[in-house]
Amino acid sequence: MASTATRLTRFNMTSLAAGLAFLYLPIGILVIYSFNASRLVTVWGGWSLRWYHEFFNDRAMLEAAWMSLSVAAVSATLATLLGTLAAVGLARGERFRGRALFSGMLYSPLVMPEVISGLSLLLLFVALNAERGFWTVTIAHTTLTMCFVTVVVQSRLTALDRSLEEAAMDLGCDPVRAFLLVTLPLILPAIIAGWMLAFTLSLDDVVIASFTTGPGSATLPIRIYSEVRLGVKPEINAICTLVIALIAVIIVIASFASKLSNARGESAAPL
Amino acid sequence: MSARRIFARPARLAAIAPYLWMVLFFLVPFGFVLKISLSQTAIAQPPYTPVFDFTEGRAALAAAFAQLSFDNFRLLISDNLYILSYLRSLVVAVTSTLILLLIGYPIAYGMARLPQRWQGVAMMLVIVPFWTSFLIRIYAWINILQHDGLLNQILLALHIVSAPVVWLSTDSAMYLGIVYSYLPFMILPLYATLSKLDASLLEAAGDLGASPLQAFWLVTFPLSLPGVGAGALLCFIPVVGEFVIPDLLAGSNSLMIGQTLWLEFFTNKDWPVASAAAVALLLLLVPPLVLYDRLQRRQLAANR
Repeated sequence: MASTATRLTRFNMTSLAAGLAFLYLPIGILVIYSFNASRLVTVWGGWSLRWYHEFFNDRAMLEAAWMSLSVAAVSATLATLLGTLAAVGLARGERFRGRALFSGMLYSPLVMPEVISGLSLLLLFVALNAERGFWTVTIAHTTLTMCFVTVVVQSRLTALDRSLEEAAMDLGCDPVRAFLLVTLPLILPAIIAGWMLAFTLSLDDVVIASFTTGPGSATLPIRIYSEVRLGVKPEINAICTLVIALIAVIIVIASFASKLSNARGESAAPL
Repeated sequence: MSARRIFARPARLAAIAPYLWMVLFFLVPFGFVLKISLSQTAIAQPPYTPVFDFTEGRAALAAAFAQLSFDNFRLLISDNLYILSYLRSLVVAVTSTLILLLIGYPIAYGMARLPQRWQGVAMMLVIVPFWTSFLIRIYAWINILQHDGLLNQILLALHIVSAPVVWLSTDSAMYLGIVYSYLPFMILPLYATLSKLDASLLEAAGDLGASPLQAFWLVTFPLSLPGVGAGALLCFIPVVGEFVIPDLLAGSNSLMIGQTLWLEFFTNKDWPVASAAAVALLLLLVPPLVLYDRLQRRQLAANR
């Protein structure tokens, strides 16, 4: 029998329900209003796909969306590669010189205000005389998101049973083969989840992209941001809903990957 | 040699590429911020002097160093605009962190007391908004808070107010936006410590005659302090430098330091002063960052 001290009280349930409603209601309202036929954002004029149609005829917005998607795809891929290597170094490298600096550099961007990261990268690009645009934004996003990938993959590597890769090496694998044949398949779900997280973070960023992009190559969040400053437009509701839908798909894939990861971790343990 | 040590060498080699990347794109850029914060503003492209030109040899470099000055920092401490925006950033960050704690704690507490199989679902529900674009989430609130938005419509329909209330461009809207955006960052560390709490401690407190409220204040809360600290720092640090939320939701009469930096950079094109503001902001954040790092290490050591 559960004691009174640990029982789920009505207060607990209420605060939980209110908290979740607070987190989800505004997004729900936004999605519903994106199907509003009325030009006035606040008057309900019946269901319609009008604003989606508007978006798909808005060349500048579409270009920005394309730029954002390509930056997100390229930077997430680079970040996953670098972040996984960094996680392997931290989780399996034991002690090495500069380790504290390395983990410090990887953890501080997680909380660093974006205005600082953005400004500092821009000053670097100016000093290097790099032409600003697609690649500078991609490099900036890679730098930020690889830290998140490192955290995700490193926690998976730390939780992994190390006797598996050691057994592979006892059976004659060299470390690289042991990693590729044993460790990599086991951490693959975490790597996939890391890529997804990097992709969505890149798709979301407005501050760092504003600093590091050049004239004529605005990302979708930059365009949304400048529109929002001018006021609410129904077309923005539609764009936001599309982004939310894309992210929802990504979350489903990522959570499926992490479920797979947990299941494999458990089945591997008794070995 | 053990397999573990043989494995460590290639693992260290793997870290070389990300190490160099972070040095080049994270560490070195701070050097440039520091350097330009000591430069003079100029109407040129790039808009500051001296511009280091590594091709002109050491003499030119030495001459450039001689031109560096602390003028920008002097400006930062002599002009009210900057001092006020620092103070405002601190006040906003402290206030938001307290509100987040007050709202986040009951939610995390409720999560920790759910039946085991529901806890995973609840955690997922808290994490999902973190994945959703925060710009979109702020925009969702603008939809609701604007002059003829949903909130005013509801309030008018219920006859709670007789005329639409101005919600946007106020501090309340900004705090709402900050709390909304950072709530998951507060809930998750709190939940992590609360869910690990040994239930028998509370039962013991109950057996010894403590009321549930006493048991909470004497047992649960003190034991959850590491989570409180982690959550508070995880919110406080980024909120100090927040730009988008105050820019979209708060009024424009008093700025946070992130907004001042943005204004100097994009509107006034004063890169040296913007850099000096960034250096000062960074200095402000060093103590909480160090504190956070210590807390994390202690947690790691405790879990081992």
